[in-house]
Amino acid sequence: MGRSFYFVVLLYFLSSLSGCSGSSLNNPYPKGDEAKTILYSSFSQRPKHLDPAQSYSSNEITFTGQIYEPPFQYHYLKRPYSLIPLTAEDVPSPLYFDKDGTEITGADPAETVALSVYTIKIKPGIRYQPHPSFARDTEGKFLYHNLSDQALERIDTLSDFPKTGSRELRAEDYVYQIKRLAHPRIHSPIYGFMSEYIVELKDFGTQLREAQKKGAAFLDLRDFPLAGAEVVDQYTYRIKIHGKYPQFLYWLAMPFFAPVPYEVDRFYAQAGLAEKNITLDWYPVGTGPYMLTTNNPNLRMVLERNPNFHGEQYPMEGEPGDRAAGMLEDAGKPLPFIEKVVYSLEKEDIPIWNKFLQGYYDSSGISSDSFDQAVRISETGNTDLTEEMKSKGIRLLTSTAASTYYMGFNMLDPVVGGGHPSARKLRQAIAIAIDQEESISIFQNGRGMAMQGPLPPGIFGFKEGEAGINRRVYDWIDGKPKRLPITAARQLLAEAGYPQGRDEKTGQPLILHFDTTGTGPEAKATFDWLRKQFEKIQVQLVIRNTDYNRFQDKMLKGTAQIFQWGWNADYPDPENFLFLLYGPNAKAGKNGENAANYSNKEFDTLFDRMKNMENGPERQRIIDQMVEVVRRDVPWVSGFHPQRFGLFHAWYGNIKPNLMANNTLKYAKVDPHLRTQQQGQWNKAVWWPLWVGGMLLLLGTLPAIRSYRRKERGISEHSWQRNLQ
Amino acid sequence: MPDFFTNLSSFKPVFLWTDILLLLLLASMGAIGVYVSGQEHLLAPLRQVRRRALAMAALTVLLSYIGIGLLDSLHFRQKLPQIEAGQEIQYSPEVLSLLDLVVGRLRKNVERTYSAPLATHSFAKEMIEFPGGVKKRVFPPLSYGGAHLTDGLTQSADIKQTLFMGGLTGLFLAFTLFLTFSFLLSRHHRSPWKKTLHALRNNQYETAWGAILITLSLIIIMVSIVIPLSAKYHLSGTDKVGQDVLYLALKGIRTGLVIGGLTTLVMLPFALFLGIAAGYFRGWVDDLIQYLYTTLSSVPGVLLIAAAVLILQVYMDKHADSFSSITERADIRLLFLCLILGMTSWIGLCRLLRGETLKLRESEYVQAAIALGVGRTRILIRHILPNVMHIVLISVVLDFSGLVLAEAVLSYVGVGVDPAMISWGNMINSARMEMAREPIVWWSLSAAFIFMFGLVLTANIFSDAVRDAFDPRLRSR
Amino acid sequence: MTAYIVRRLLYAFPILIGVNLLTFLLFFVINTPDDMARLHLGGKRVTQEAVDKWKADHGYNKPLAINLSAQGSGKLTETIFFEKSLRLFFFDFGRADDGRNIGADIRQRMWPSLAIAIPGLLVGLFVNVTVAMLIAFFRASYIDTWGVIVAVAMMSISSLFYIIGGQFLFSKMLRLVPISGYDGGLNAVKFLILPVIIGLIAGVGTGTRWYRTIFLEEIGKDYVRTARAKGLSELTVLFGHVLRNALVPILTGVVVVIPLLFLGSLITESFFSIPGLGSYTIDAINSQDFAIVRAMVFLGSFLYIIGLLLTDISYTWVDPRVRLN
Repeated sequence: MGRSFYFVVLLYFLSSLSGCSGSSLNNPYPKGDEAKTILYSSFSQRPKHLDPAQSYSSNEITFTGQIYEPPFQYHYLKRPYSLIPLTAEDVPSPLYFDKDGTEITGADPAETVALSVYTIKIKPGIRYQPHPSFARDTEGKFLYHNLSDQALERIDTLSDFPKTGSRELRAEDYVYQIKRLAHPRIHSPIYGFMSEYIVELKDFGTQLREAQKKGAAFLDLRDFPLAGAEVVDQYTYRIKIHGKYPQFLYWLAMPFFAPVPYEVDRFYAQAGLAEKNITLDWYPVGTGPYMLTTNNPNLRMVLERNPNFHGEQYPMEGEPGDRAAGMLEDAGKPLPFIEKVVYSLEKEDIPIWNKFLQGYYDSSGISSDSFDQAVRISETGNTDLTEEMKSKGIRLLTSTAASTYYMGFNMLDPVVGGGHPSARKLRQAIAIAIDQEESISIFQNGRGMAMQGPLPPGIFGFKEGEAGINRRVYDWIDGKPKRLPITAARQLLAEAGYPQGRDEKTGQPLILHFDTTGTGPEAKATFDWLRKQFEKIQVQLVIRNTDYNRFQDKMLKGTAQIFQWGWNADYPDPENFLFLLYGPNAKAGKNGENAANYSNKEFDTLFDRMKNMENGPERQRIIDQMVEVVRRDVPWVSGFHPQRFGLFHAWYGNIKPNLMANNTLKYAKVDPHLRTQQQGQWNKAVWWPLWVGGMLLLLGTLPAIRSYRRKERGISEHSWQRNLQ
Repeated sequence: MPDFFTNLSSFKPVFLWTDILLLLLLASMGAIGVYVSGQEHLLAPLRQVRRRALAMAALTVLLSYIGIGLLDSLHFRQKLPQIEAGQEIQYSPEVLSLLDLVVGRLRKNVERTYSAPLATHSFAKEMIEFPGGVKKRVFPPLSYGGAHLTDGLTQSADIKQTLFMGGLTGLFLAFTLFLTFSFLLSRHHRSPWKKTLHALRNNQYETAWGAILITLSLIIIMVSIVIPLSAKYHLSGTDKVGQDVLYLALKGIRTGLVIGGLTTLVMLPFALFLGIAAGYFRGWVDDLIQYLYTTLSSVPGVLLIAAAVLILQVYMDKHADSFSSITERADIRLLFLCLILGMTSWIGLCRLLRGETLKLRESEYVQAAIALGVGRTRILIRHILPNVMHIVLISVVLDFSGLVLAEAVLSYVGVGVDPAMISWGNMINSARMEMAREPIVWWSLSAAFIFMFGLVLTANIFSDAVRDAFDPRLRSR
Repeated sequence: MTAYIVRRLLYAFPILIGVNLLTFLLFFVINTPDDMARLHLGGKRVTQEAVDKWKADHGYNKPLAINLSAQGSGKLTETIFFEKSLRLFFFDFGRADDGRNIGADIRQRMWPSLAIAIPGLLVGLFVNVTVAMLIAFFRASYIDTWGVIVAVAMMSISSLFYIIGGQFLFSKMLRLVPISGYDGGLNAVKFLILPVIIGLIAGVGTGTRWYRTIFLEEIGKDYVRTARAKGLSELTVLFGHVLRNALVPILTGVVVVIPLLFLGSLITESFFSIPGLGSYTIDAINSQDFAIVRAMVFLGSFLYIIGLLLTDISYTWVDPRVRLN
């Protein structure tokens, strides 16, 4: 065994020495793939759910976005983000009805709207990817819907089914999926939320649960009517929701509202298949440009082009500047451009970065530790790539994410929480003391924008420049915001009843607690930094770090004190951020998303008015008021909006950061020839240190050999002598 | 420093759990020492260790590590100034150790972010506004490292000068030590000084004094160079949030010692009691103990440790008031880690002890004692225990270095010491990311490496000597 | 002999039950089924209803160990512990909490683990024994002294340094092998070279020192003196006599670890992204997938017991005087 291993190693080195053409020694991919238009990427955690009713995490959307097609999508190039049809004919405007059922217009006050009706028409002729669930025999019966035990024995993966089929997309598939959101076996994360809007969805869920209790192995959802989602004809369906909820259209651009055909549901419901890990969670079925052909979460996942894809053209127009940037070179060409995408399992950041530099991954983010290697900030503050990156032809694309990361106070806490003026002053003091700009510069390399209010840039209601700064923390000096001096914080702290960080009455030092789940080196550095910030106002911060579950528990019970939290936009609307501070939405007790448990009557009233309004000056005015209330009460301190930096190799084209769309893979293209050429240039093996090392080792044995010789000669006399001793 | 001596009442001693246990460990080591000094069969091999130059040199280094560790184990809180007269005296929530006082400036001189060893400027460029409103991205000067430099004094000249002066002082001190010691030694042995020197060089004393002296001299010279340099510069650079790496590495010593030492203290009673009981009583006692350790050793250690650490966290969350300061939280986690590492590592020793006891039980003198009707406890204490002590000694010294190394790996898996605790494992863990930087940040990793290597290497060399001396199979050589 | 093996295997049952009980205790002291559900359902928009549904679906809605509401023996059997444990003894590991079949995953991930472990073990054994023989050959000379010092120095370095350094040198600077990853078939070789070499270097200090002790012990025995007295050359004595006799302790030391090779190495696998059972376990602990953790612990203790048994058998095999009873 040992010998054969050596033999293989030897073969490997020999083959590499003889200069095998094209492929470098450290190329992790099989030979022969060099000329194909394959995109190489990585994943670090296996996606848990690829079922569109269940998947919500960003690492799952990477896949589901390419496979499933909801009725709408975001325009790839245009900003601000706008919805365009994907499988639908157009983006419909809803019809509104009041509580008596008479139609009213959108101009009527939002409170009078009792029902909104969306009628969606889909394009004919769209077909599903080839899949065994559609396969029929000559008589038109489904081949694999009643698999016998014998048939199951021969099946290990989905590709073991000899025949596949397809069929046209129908409106009923969309309705079927909406019904699946309420399915008792499927844990859809948005079921609870959607049942408040979609008419009768809650009752529908109860109905299904009862049907399941009666022992039905498979529930054909077509047999259960749902008032909120109905098929009108083969290509049309209708969704009814309570009240007015203009943001609902954005939901219809997420895979939650993608079509799932009955045949697929029926197919995967067979007990024997789940035993073999063949479920919709692992083998999704869609109409999109790609289909998942290999799903080995232990090694790699492969997306390949869907041969039945209905075809779509690259957008003809974009933002001003897109043409100059070459983003419109492929305008009108059929999508997708890339044949295949290979995602490899990578657990550690360092190998990903190094493989990117070696050309084995086509794009990469930049960790804070590799930042200085990749990016140089010019004298004027502009970001630019370093010479090393430029010489490799790498491009840098930046975008400010529609996300807010913030440090929050638990407003239920007796020390830092509540509406009492002294607690408020304490929070304001802390808000000044935590130098968010320094944190961004140390931990994010300046990639981020210090928070001025809850809304991130790019969302309606956000204000730039002097008008948008938080006057309670910043001054506007020389055309930019400047943090108030630390003396102001100390002053506020004294006014709050803690002069020099000590309780005025007892003289006890003030100790605050930071609850977190962080472990690992990065977190340690953050904690050290954070403690430094609190020490500036002589307050000691104790880090209470715990595991994820315990932390969740604390948040749910409202026993945390200071914590960090973040929110990624579901859709580009201020409501999606401001609802994070809405009183009835509190985390503690109500399980909402208001992690700070902030509750302010004024804010809540304004929110109720703002949420259903169309964007306009009136809405802006209300939002400004709400932001001001939050700034005064400081439930959140020191947040930031991260800026995303992406690096792309020269052969990877048509990339424009789009923070809302998740089906962008179809627009991208690669140039495999350039890639192969560059990889060869960058990955020339260096052998000489090995030879030198070997020589040194040989030299090292020389004295040993000499000593052996001497020993051999003297062995007879000496050994006797020694043994006698 | 001065006010430490003038105003002792401004400090309130704090005894952390690990402090108490560490002192207990020292005390028990002293007790073992007293015990051993009465046991000729244990004393003879130890004399052999004393004669070995390499082992004694290693022991000297080891003792200086332990010295620093002890200094870092005496904790206290400083008094806060009174705001109003008549208030109760309040103490700072920050727990400091004697070491923190000794190295004072190292702890307090915190920069903004990374800086290279001996650097005067930061490692990363920053936007700085110059007088006149011109903004440029430059390497900003450090606030402490090389801050004393003036235009007339360049960095390299200053470093050379400091090195030279430090070296000179060190040499002088080392020479003084050498003279004093050899003088004392010659007085003690009543032999001429020249002969003493000769004997020292040829290792002719019962203790390898020569090796100890050389090691001590080297340490003195090194310290004399390091002290003035680290006062003016960051000798090993600073880390991501600007803390002095030398300070971190020094603080890591205590963590390493606690993990290596306390774990042994924890497991020793278990292993001794259960191992001997299993071997001596046999029958169902043996079956039960064997069952216990086979079961425990079949559960993957990482899982056991992860579970224990999580249980502790739950406990701390429920009793948040008793763990009000960072130091206490980190300390209790460290203690727990020692406990659980002890639980997983007593098995090996227990098994060895069981085997040895089985053998000893059949030996003639034990059989004779049983026949004479000597009580069980007496047999166990008088006959069995002394004859397994060498196994205990060997495995204690052998385990020590392995445990120090294990700490780093556990930190990587995420179940090591508290992230707020300074330890070499945490330093190495951060270094993984620093190695990927360009230009590379090598100083944290190197500092952790050198300090850890020094401890583990000397511990290994010393334990090698102990094992060689005690292992009867190897004694002949 | 057969009777002995059967008895030992029967003896394994209480151990496996104990292990299972311990894992169960450790896990549920820190995690309630509610926690598990929350972790699996994700952070955004989760309701208590969804949590309850998840628990019911995965069989975590029963009492943990004693069911007071059930009748008769149901008090013990209608519990999470009983229902989840019984099938393990038939090696039916069931499904992970994320829905995948554990048995299928273990069968798949076992191979990469073995692909590093077996070459690592064999190459390591070969190199360690060779170096130790050399050092033993030159015993009491400067080569011996320095050999031991180098070995002690090498074992004083944390294995993390070797991995970080090795990846840095061989993959980044010299570009000889891929940094990480894995592939099936012969393609795997290029991914395995670096972890195997690093494992070798990290283990050579400990191994050499250990085998040197064994050899020195053998060399001190009477038969070696006799052989030398007969005028045999030192090399013949070493390889002909000493090595053969030293094989007994070497082999018995190796046999006990063979079954555990299946479980893979936690750290190597996660540093090199090798999809083996080691990284499987770590992932499961991190994502608190109880079903996988329990299955891996069960498998681990089973293999451990097999290893002990093999060791006993190998004693009788190399030394016929030893009888098992």
